Amino acid sequence: MSRRLLTGNAAAAWAARLARVDYIPAFPITPQTEIIESLANWIDNGEMAGRLVTLESEHSMLTAAGAAAATGVRVYSATSSQGLLYGMEMLYNVAGWRTPFVLTNVSRGLSAPITLEADHNDILAARDSGCLQIHCATCQEVLDSTLMAYRLAEDERVRLPVIVNMDGFYLSFTREPVLIPAASDVDAFLPPFDPENIAFRASAPASQAVAVLGGSPYSYFRYEMHLAAMQALEVYEEIATKFAEKFGRRHDAVEAYHCEDAEIVLVMMGSFATKARAAVDQLRAAGQAVGLLRPRLLRPFPAAHLQRLLAGKQGVVVIDQNLSMGKGGVLHAELASVLYGRKDAPPILTSFIGGLGGRDITAEEFFEMVKVTREAVASGNTPPPRLLYNRDELREVHKLQAIAHVEREELGKGGDKP
Amino acid sequence: MTDETTSAFRRMKDLPSTHLLGTGTPMCSGCGGLQALHEIYDILGEKTVFVNAAGCMTLLSVYPFTPFRGSWLYTAMASAPAGAQGVRDALDILLEKKRIPPEDDLDVVVLTGDGSAYGMGLSATSGAMERDLDFLYICYDNEGYGNTGQQYSGATPHAAKTATSKGAHGFAGYKKDLFSIWAAHKPAYVATVIGSEPLDLARKIEKAKSMKGPRMIIALAPCPPGWDYDPKDSVEIGKLAVKSGVWPLKEYVDGEVVHTKLPHPRIPIEEYLQKQGRFAHLFTPRRDEALLAQLQAKVDAYWEGIE
Repeated sequence: MSRRLLTGNAAAAWAARLARVDYIPAFPITPQTEIIESLANWIDNGEMAGRLVTLESEHSMLTAAGAAAATGVRVYSATSSQGLLYGMEMLYNVAGWRTPFVLTNVSRGLSAPITLEADHNDILAARDSGCLQIHCATCQEVLDSTLMAYRLAEDERVRLPVIVNMDGFYLSFTREPVLIPAASDVDAFLPPFDPENIAFRASAPASQAVAVLGGSPYSYFRYEMHLAAMQALEVYEEIATKFAEKFGRRHDAVEAYHCEDAEIVLVMMGSFATKARAAVDQLRAAGQAVGLLRPRLLRPFPAAHLQRLLAGKQGVVVIDQNLSMGKGGVLHAELASVLYGRKDAPPILTSFIGGLGGRDITAEEFFEMVKVTREAVASGNTPPPRLLYNRDELREVHKLQAIAHVEREELGKGGDKP
Repeated sequence: MTDETTSAFRRMKDLPSTHLLGTGTPMCSGCGGLQALHEIYDILGEKTVFVNAAGCMTLLSVYPFTPFRGSWLYTAMASAPAGAQGVRDALDILLEKKRIPPEDDLDVVVLTGDGSAYGMGLSATSGAMERDLDFLYICYDNEGYGNTGQQYSGATPHAAKTATSKGAHGFAGYKKDLFSIWAAHKPAYVATVIGSEPLDLARKIEKAKSMKGPRMIIALAPCPPGWDYDPKDSVEIGKLAVKSGVWPLKEYVDGEVVHTKLPHPRIPIEEYLQKQGRFAHLFTPRRDEALLAQLQAKVDAYWEGIE
C-alpha cells in the first residue's frame, strides 16, 4: 500500500491497472483523457500487461468493449459527456448482452451550448440503459469503487456493465491523497474474471444477442435484466462488506452524514456533496439539526435505504446537478417516487437545481435551501423547484450580450475598419 | 495464396455438396444474400464467429434457434467492425495468455447489408481497416434497405425505383463505389462475388481465408421483393448482372485490381434490367431510350480498356 497525491483520473487508471484489465478500447474526450493516457504509458513502459486499442468513436469503443467482454476478457474503458451519448445506443446493447465490464464516466454538461465542465445530465441520460451506476465524491472513492465495480459486474447474479462516475474537473483534475492498495491485496479481493458461459470458442459455439420475435421473449430478457439489476443491490452490500474487511474503508449504497437526529436532510450525489457536508458542519455548529444523504448507487436505486434513513424527517432538500427540461431535477423525481404513499415519509420535499456546467454551489446557498425548507415545513406548503442562480450571474450574462450587441452594431457601421 | 491453378476448387464438382448453414431460415425465397452466405459459410467452415449489424440476416438467428454451427454476435447497425475488433482482440489476448488452446480460435467475420456497409457503418469499417484488423467483412448488397422494404441506400443504382425513390426516373443518384473506397484503405484483400458464380466465389473466399488482415467481400444479392421479380429467377438475374458487366467480378490484392471473369462479349444491360420491376419504368409505357443509353454508356465506360 502507498499513499500518493492522485487526481480522480489517475485514481481511475490505478484501479484499472490493479484490476489487471486485459483490454482497453479507448477514445479521447475531455476531461477523461488523462485516464487513457496513463494506462497507455504504463502499457508502453511494460508496467501493465493490458492491450489498449484506440477506436474511431465512442460508439465503436463501447461495441468493442462489450464484444471483448463477451469473448471472455476483463475490459475497462472511460468516457465523458457527449462521448457517453454518442455511445448511448451501445450502452443499451452491452447491458442487454449481459457483458461485465467497467466504464468510468467523467461527468460533464451536455451540448448545446457546449461546455467542458461538470454536471450530471450525461450520466443520468444513461439511467435506463441497464448499466449500473456508482457515483463518487472523492478520488479515493474513484479507485475503490472501480475495484468494487468489477466484482459487481462479474458476479453471476448480476452480469451487467457498471459505470463509475466522477465529476469532471472537480475530481478528474483535483489531486487528493489516495491510498493505493497493494496488488496482492487487490488480487485477493478481485480474482481473475471467469467467463463461464459467456465466451466465443470453437469448442463451444454460442449465439449472443440474437433477435427475438414478439413481446413475450423480449419481455423475458428485459425482466431478467431488471431482476439482475435489483439483485445487484444486495450483491453490492456484500462486496462493500468484503471491501471494508480487506481495506478498512466502507462504501455503503447510501452515505449518511449526521442523519440520525436530523430534522432536515440534504440529498445530493457526487463531489458537490462534500460542499453540502461542509455546510452541514456549519449548520450543526450553529445548532441546527441538519444531515446529508448521498446515494452512491443510482442504479440500482437504493430505495429501501433512503426510505429508512428519511423516515420521520420533517423536510428533505434535494439538490440536483441536472435538469430534465419540462420536469426538473431527476434525483428529486427518483426520491419522490420511492417516498410517495409511505406513512413515515417526510411531508416536505423541496427541489433545487444547481451546479450546472460546473457552476459552484456556495455555503450560503446551502443555508438558504435549508431555510426555505424549514419555512415550507412550518407552512406545510412546498415551494416550486428553484434554479440556483443569482442576480450577479444574470447581470454578467446581460453585460456580455450588451458588449456583443454593441460590437455587432459597430461592425454594421464599418466601425471596425482600421 | 491460391489462384485458379492451385485452388481446391477447380471445377464445379469440387464445391462442397452439403451446406453448413441450416435450412428453414426466415429469409425470403430466392434471397441472393442467403445464397451467397450458404456458399461462403461452406468454404469458411464452422470455426467462425459472425459479427452482425442490423439487416435482413439479423433474422437468421431468432431466439432460441440458429442455423449456424459456429458462433454469432449481433451488434448494432453502425459498429459491427468494432464488434469484430473486440472479439478478435479478446481472442488474441486469450491465446497469448494461454487461457484458451489454439484450436479454440475463431475466424472473425463481419456480416452486414449494404445499408450498414455503404452508409452508417462506413466509419467503423474504415477504422477497422486502418487498424489492420485481422477479419473478414462480408457485405451482401441488395442495393437498398431490403429489410425495411427496399428504401434507397448508398448502394442503390441509378434509375432504380425504391420505396423512397418512386418518381418516373427512379433513384437520381449513383451507386457508391464501395470497392474503390475499401481498396483505397489498402487492406489485404477486396473482392466482389455473387452467389450465381459459385466457383469464382469459392476461390475468393478460399483466398481470403488464407490471408491475414482486413479482407473485404461485396456479394451482389439479387432480392426478389426489393427488385421485384419472381424468386425462381434469382440465379439467372445474378448471371445476367455479370454477363452484362453491371457487376464486375474482381479482386484487389497487392495494390492491383484484377478482374476474375471478363464478360465477353457483354450482353446489353437491358437484358438484366428488363427482368426487374424496379426498372420497369425504363420499358413501359414506352422505352426510355435516353436513360437506357446513359446506363449502357456508364457500363461501357467502366469496361473500356479492361476487356
